[in-house]
Amino acid sequence: MTRVMAQLAMVMNLDKCIGCHTCSVTCKQAWTNRAGMEYVWFNNVETRPGQGYPRTYQDQEKWKGGWELGRNGRLRLKAGGRLRKLLTIFANPLMPSINDYYEPWTYDYDRLFSAPVSEDTPVARPRSLITGEPTKIRWSANWDDNLAGAPELAPADPVLRKVSGEVKLEFERAFMFYLPRICEHCLNPSCVASCPSGAMYKRSEDGIVLVDQDRCRGWRMCVTGCPYKKVYFNHRTGKAEKCTFCYPRVEVGIPTVCAETCVGRLRYIGLILYDADRVAEAASVKDEKALLEAQKSVMLDPHDPEVIAAARESGIPEDWLEAAKRSPIHKLIFEYGVALPLHPEYRTMPMVWYIPPLSPVVDVLTNTGHDGEKAGNLFGAIDALRIPIGYLAEIFSAGDPEPVRAVLRRLAAMRSYMRDVNLGRDRDESIAAEVGMTGETIEEMYRLLAIAAYNERYVIPKAHAEQGAKLEELATGCSLDYEGGPGMGGPFGEASGEPAPVAVENFHALKERQDTDVLGRADELRGRVNLLNWDGKGMPDGLFPNRKEES
Amino acid sequence: MNALDVTLWVIVPYVSLTVFVLGHVWRYRYDKFGWTTRSSQMYESRLLRIGSPLFHFGILVVALGHIGGLVIPKSWTEALGVSEEAYHLSAIVLGTIAGVCTVAGMAILIYRRRTVGPVFTATTRNDKLMYALLALTILLGLAATVMANIVGGGYDYRTTISPWFRSIFYLQPEGSLMAGAPLLFKLHALSALVLFAVWPFTRLVHMLTAPVGYLTRPYIVYRSREDRAGSQPPRRGWEPIGRP
Repeated sequence: MTRVMAQLAMVMNLDKCIGCHTCSVTCKQAWTNRAGMEYVWFNNVETRPGQGYPRTYQDQEKWKGGWELGRNGRLRLKAGGRLRKLLTIFANPLMPSINDYYEPWTYDYDRLFSAPVSEDTPVARPRSLITGEPTKIRWSANWDDNLAGAPELAPADPVLRKVSGEVKLEFERAFMFYLPRICEHCLNPSCVASCPSGAMYKRSEDGIVLVDQDRCRGWRMCVTGCPYKKVYFNHRTGKAEKCTFCYPRVEVGIPTVCAETCVGRLRYIGLILYDADRVAEAASVKDEKALLEAQKSVMLDPHDPEVIAAARESGIPEDWLEAAKRSPIHKLIFEYGVALPLHPEYRTMPMVWYIPPLSPVVDVLTNTGHDGEKAGNLFGAIDALRIPIGYLAEIFSAGDPEPVRAVLRRLAAMRSYMRDVNLGRDRDESIAAEVGMTGETIEEMYRLLAIAAYNERYVIPKAHAEQGAKLEELATGCSLDYEGGPGMGGPFGEASGEPAPVAVENFHALKERQDTDVLGRADELRGRVNLLNWDGKGMPDGLFPNRKEES
Repeated sequence: MNALDVTLWVIVPYVSLTVFVLGHVWRYRYDKFGWTTRSSQMYESRLLRIGSPLFHFGILVVALGHIGGLVIPKSWTEALGVSEEAYHLSAIVLGTIAGVCTVAGMAILIYRRRTVGPVFTATTRNDKLMYALLALTILLGLAATVMANIVGGGYDYRTTISPWFRSIFYLQPEGSLMAGAPLLFKLHALSALVLFAVWPFTRLVHMLTAPVGYLTRPYIVYRSREDRAGSQPPRRGWEPIGRP
């Protein structure tokens, strides 16, 4: 009997990322705009090639994140096992310093107002948020955005160094793409394994990796353990913090802030079912290049009756099984086969996957005067242009170019096939056949990738009602306290007892407003109007008390 | 035994230990979020990498030495065939080495705390009080050892201080044993008692949650949403149906 577990996963379609940083900014506004977290970006967007954030985090010879195989063939933490962790607990030798991220700053805005009258315009000088002293801004989370300073900075890119034999950074041959990153919510999280106090955990319902703020003691080993450097140390509270996959949002079925606000609509969220008992075995595959297939073998087919039976046995609710069947993640990884994990060689089994970008290839091809969307040209170029392929392979498939090539060929086939459709020509099944697909699947894939309808991009089952009473905000334990339940209000009538949780009230009111064409149906809110959702139009019933019946 | 001796060696120890225990219980119940090392390694790690291990390993050996000297009765070691001279010599050698390491580490850490801008900015008044008490206790302890054994002719604290220390836990305090101890030992003990009383309210609480459990727990921790430690139990009268 397999132990089936559910995992919320994400796929990002890199071809559509325009590097606008909206995801980073909205995430920061929602989660890390606090003292002690000034330097922290749970979501960041890096330009590749580039050093990344924190600088050169991918250089695991330096940072020792993730897992490695020991001489006995068993997994062990690259930074050292339990005893070594405890012996280095007083000063972690592998801890990045604030300068590896960047020194956060603010400006002396007050000077703009308080400076005495003078010939010169007053300036707001930058001040370090760490020391409080005036500072010189030397680095930031995206200092090398859009290849800025690339001739000097890009050679330090650890991925680039691995393929440097093939790569030229001459201007005319330069290539770049954006890589938005959040926590990978790995199946085999090395940060969790590194935490001495056991404060980090993987939620068994949805696989989200969280830090228990009440149990974290600030030993800092998780920061070292994570090869993606996506666990951060709050230097004010002395606790580790990380991306939460916006669990308060996904619990009520709405996507994460980064996904919701993504301008390019490039993020997909859905469920994956996996066999929890086989994770360690799959992560210990000897050949790094086999790790991708090993990870895929751990993920289960939600349509397989045996899997469904095992999942029921493991206590996964029916609507979650339905969501798993409709999961865009499963489609992108298995049915269309276009998504790849980020650095599978770290052996953490990451669960935020990427569709590698085809655009560098198309651009280079178009620049050389060829028809960049013709199937034959594209297929040829993918193989010929070893620069992006080798680089992409170092990022997405442990250096094996084959999986990347296969994905790019499928994306290229989709472009060519759909061009014929759009131009009203006959559908050319041979293009689809060449990449092992059918025209029908290609059109489905096109729909998911290009149309990217909201409800197809995000298939997020809600946290369960019977479990819902135990969600953080609903700590009263009475699930009838809101949404028309008889338990509305406490024992002494409305407004006694605990207030209805704000998130729940807002969520239902917002949904209400989105689905109806009536302004603020006050009766649903029992004579109250939620002003947070009132758009200022009209005067909904209940905004004012009813006038006395005139009779 | 006069009133002062009773106060210092009977009342103060009990007050201090009570505050130590209840303070930790209180802090654990009401300030789990504040229970942290509040590491400043992000700001500076060059000095920390020398000072912190030196101090911590030093103080761990010192703590072990105190357990050996205070908790284990002299009759036990003698029953094992360890003569007073052998015990004394090993205690002095080991204690001095560990003590010097601790003091050196502490000096580096305090120097770092004062001179490195971000570290100093992150230092609270609470920290400063704690550092002062901790430094005082350690220096007095080292001074007492040095004065008694190296300068003086040696002092067998295992016939006075140790029985006094144990008598507190037997609930039959013998304050008179302490009354005759050398001044430096008295001051060291008093300073330590004050330190224990403020201990639960400082960052020193991290010692009590030293993560030794890490050695035996499985690497990957799964937790269900339901048994989340931070979630509050339902209030009385609001328990959902179906719970025994």
